[in-house]
Amino acid sequence: MAYSDKVIDHYQNPKNVGTLDKSKKNVGTGLVGAPECGDVMRLQIEVDDETGMIKDAKFKTFGCGSAIASSSLATEWLKGKSVDDALKIDNMDIVEELNLPPVKIHCSVLAEDAIKSAINDYRIKNGLEKIKFEESLVH
Amino acid sequence: MLKLPVYLDNNATTPMDPRVLEAMIPYFTEHFGNAASRNHPFGWEAEEAVDYAREQVARLIGADPKEIIFTSGATEADNLALKGVYEMYASRGNHIISATTEHKAVLDTCKHIEKLGGEVTYLEVKGNGLLDLKELEAAMRPTTILVSIMYANNEIGVIQPIKQISAIAKKYGALLFTDATQAVGKIPVDVNKDGIDLMAFTGHKMYGPKGVGALYVRRKNPRVKVTAQMDGGGHERSMRSGTLNVPGIVGFGKACELCKLDMEKDTENISKLRDKLEASLLKLEEAYVNGSTEHRLPHVSNISFKYVEGEGLMMGFNKNIAVSSGSACTSASLEPSYVLKALGLGDDLAHSSLRFGLGRFTTEEQIDYTIDQVSTTVLKLREMSPLWEMWKEGIDLEKIEWAAH
Repeated sequence: MAYSDKVIDHYQNPKNVGTLDKSKKNVGTGLVGAPECGDVMRLQIEVDDETGMIKDAKFKTFGCGSAIASSSLATEWLKGKSVDDALKIDNMDIVEELNLPPVKIHCSVLAEDAIKSAINDYRIKNGLEKIKFEESLVH
Repeated sequence: MLKLPVYLDNNATTPMDPRVLEAMIPYFTEHFGNAASRNHPFGWEAEEAVDYAREQVARLIGADPKEIIFTSGATEADNLALKGVYEMYASRGNHIISATTEHKAVLDTCKHIEKLGGEVTYLEVKGNGLLDLKELEAAMRPTTILVSIMYANNEIGVIQPIKQISAIAKKYGALLFTDATQAVGKIPVDVNKDGIDLMAFTGHKMYGPKGVGALYVRRKNPRVKVTAQMDGGGHERSMRSGTLNVPGIVGFGKACELCKLDMEKDTENISKLRDKLEASLLKLEEAYVNGSTEHRLPHVSNISFKYVEGEGLMMGFNKNIAVSSGSACTSASLEPSYVLKALGLGDDLAHSSLRFGLGRFTTEEQIDYTIDQVSTTVLKLREMSPLWEMWKEGIDLEKIEWAAH
C-alpha cells in the first residue's frame, strides 16, 4: 500500500511525541486502542488554567504509519484550541488531511477517541461532568 | 556500493538466476514447438527439452522423471493432490489430516473438500511450530486416506519431521502429501528417504520462473494416482491436461539443476548471513525469534520486536528493504498472521513480527545495512510507543483493561 506524502512526513518527523505529567490537574490523558488490535494511542493535553486553551499536547502511539500520523496531526491541531473547539475535531477531517485509504479510517477514529478521552479525563479531574459521546461508527 | 532496495523477501518469490533465463530464451522464439506435436521436428525439440527438464527436476528430489507432473505452480499442485486424492480414493475413505499452519492453498482446498462431504482434521502445532506426532497418530482413523503436512513453513521456516509423519501415515494405510514449496531447492529433500507419496513445489521460489511448478506423484510402493482436475488432451499421464509451458519448464529444470549443484555452498553462505542478522537484531531488548531455531530452513528468520507494530516498523525502511510482516495491517482482514497465532503467540506479538527471507544473492553488505536500519527504526518507534514506556515503568500490560476497539 502506498502512503500519502503527508502520512510519510508525520511518520518520519512526528510532531509532539512525548509525555506530560499526568498527575497534574490541568493535564488530561486519553489511552485508547488495544495491543491485540495492533494499535494503542496515548494522547495528552495540557490546559492553560487562565485561558482554558490547550497550551500543549503530546502523544505516543503503537501502531502503523497511519496511526502514528493521525495522532501526530491531532496533537498539532489541538495546540492553541479551546477545549470546546477541540471537541469539534472529527475523524473525517483527519482522513481528508492525511488522505487515508478506507482500510486506515479506523486510525483516524482512534485519534478522535483519544482526543475525547483526554478531554474527559481533564474534565473529571477538574470537577466537570464527563461528556457522553455517541459510539464511534468504525470500531 | 550498496544497491537499493535490498530484497529480503525470498519466501514470497526469488529473483530468477540469469543462468535460468539463458536456458529459457531459445524456447520462446527459435524452439517454440508444442511438446505434444509428435510428428515434426518442432514438436520433437520441445518434447526433448521437456524430457530433459523433467529429469533435472526429478534428480533434485530423488524421483523418477515419470513421477513429475508439471503444473502452473504450487497452488495448482496442492489442489491437484488434495482434490485428486479425495476423488480417486473415495471408496477407501473421506478423511484427511492437515495442520493449522499450512499454506492457504492447502487450507482452502481442504475447506472445499469439506463442502463436498469430506472430513478434515486440522492439527494444532506446538509452540515451536512443530507437529505433535502423538496427536497425529491419535487423529488417524480407518477412513483416513491422506495426511497433508507441509515440509517447511513459509512464515517461520520450521521444518516438519516428514519422515516420521510418513511412517505414521503408512502405519494406518494413508498416503502422505507434502507442500514442499519452501523446502525444495533449499534443503535436501528425497521422496524415497522421506517416504513422500505426493509433493508440491514450484519454480519461482528457487530462482526459476513464475507460472510453473510440479506435483510429484509416486509410481511404485505404492502406485499413487490422482483424479485430474483439469480435463483435456490427456497431457502429463492424463493427470493434468493443457499444453506444456515449455520455456517455463526448461527454466524450472535448470533452476532445479542449479539448486542441486549449489545447495551446499548456498546454504553455508546464507545461513551464516541469517545467523549474523538474527544475532544482531536479538541484541535489541524484547526481541524474540518465532518458531523452532533448531528445525528451520537456513534462510528464514521471523522475529517479533515487542511494543512496536510490524507495519509501522516496516514503514521506517520499506523503501529500501523488502521484508514482510505478520501484522494485520499488511492484510485487508485486519487479523494478524494465523501461523504465528497457531504457535500460541498473543496478537500483540504477532502484530510485532517481521519475516526476513534471505537468498542466493544476499550479500553481507545488505545484511549489515538491514541490521542498522531495522535496529534504528525499532529504537525510534519504541521512543514513540506508549506500551514501551509503560513496560519500562514496570506496568503489567496484561492487567490493563483496554478499551474495546
